[in-house]
Amino acid sequence: MVHIKRVVLDVLKPHNPNALDFTTAIAEKVPGCRIKLTVTAMDEKTETVLLIIEGEQMQFNVISEAIGSLGGSIHSIDEVEVENGLPEGETT
Amino acid sequence: MIEQLIWLLNITRSQVIARRYFVVNGFDGALTMLGLLVGFYVSEDVRLPVVINACLGVAIALGMSGVSSAYISEAAEKQRELRELEKAMVTDLGGSAHGQAARLLPLFIAFVNGMAPLAISLVILLPLWLAPSIEPFSTFPLESSFAMALIMIFLLGVYLGQVSHTFWLWAGLQTLLVAAATTALIFTLSPG
Repeated sequence: MVHIKRVVLDVLKPHNPNALDFTTAIAEKVPGCRIKLTVTAMDEKTETVLLIIEGEQMQFNVISEAIGSLGGSIHSIDEVEVENGLPEGETT
Repeated sequence: MIEQLIWLLNITRSQVIARRYFVVNGFDGALTMLGLLVGFYVSEDVRLPVVINACLGVAIALGMSGVSSAYISEAAEKQRELRELEKAMVTDLGGSAHGQAARLLPLFIAFVNGMAPLAISLVILLPLWLAPSIEPFSTFPLESSFAMALIMIFLLGVYLGQVSHTFWLWAGLQTLLVAAATTALIFTLSPG
């Protein structure tokens, strides 16, 4: 089973919700995740942020929908870390 | 539902607008009732049902006017804000929280704007309704309602004082001063 462990996203978002509300709302929809947000560019009505989301079993569509529902738009996926965990009982 | 509404109010920073509408139209309602009551008082010999019906009619009209005017203006404002944000984001935000806010918040703000004068007016009219059954109100119905109007106007001032972080008593007295000036004007200009 392939799991997403870490994803780095370049996201364009409106100023509101602010960074704290934005990350909190995403975290509420992705259980067990850890999120870091860095603002990289600021415009009159929008800001570009770098989102680093880490977790054990994340689903990209859930993350993407959460960002979209907050008015954000994913510009690019800059980094991904996935893992193919062996099924229980298998040793190799 | 309420949590969602609070969240939408937060992200669009609309609490300030709702609060402003509440105070402005609430004050409007209280002062209009005060004016009507003083008008009936100086007219003398006006039957209580006439006073109640006239005041209730005005209260309902104020409520309806508040709901419709705020909805029309806020819906237009929120749609304009959404279009501008969509232009900046180069994407459709109809399904996002911002799109939801543009649809729901005008309804909420219209409700606040309409309910504020209606609810405050109904509280002011309470002594008139209770006049047939409760003693002090039956002897001085207009005076009791007038006192209730002053209390509501004072409380609105106190609330404004809390919002602006000024001394509550001073803020309350300021609004009472407006009520006193209105009453004095009606007494002065009334033909009797």
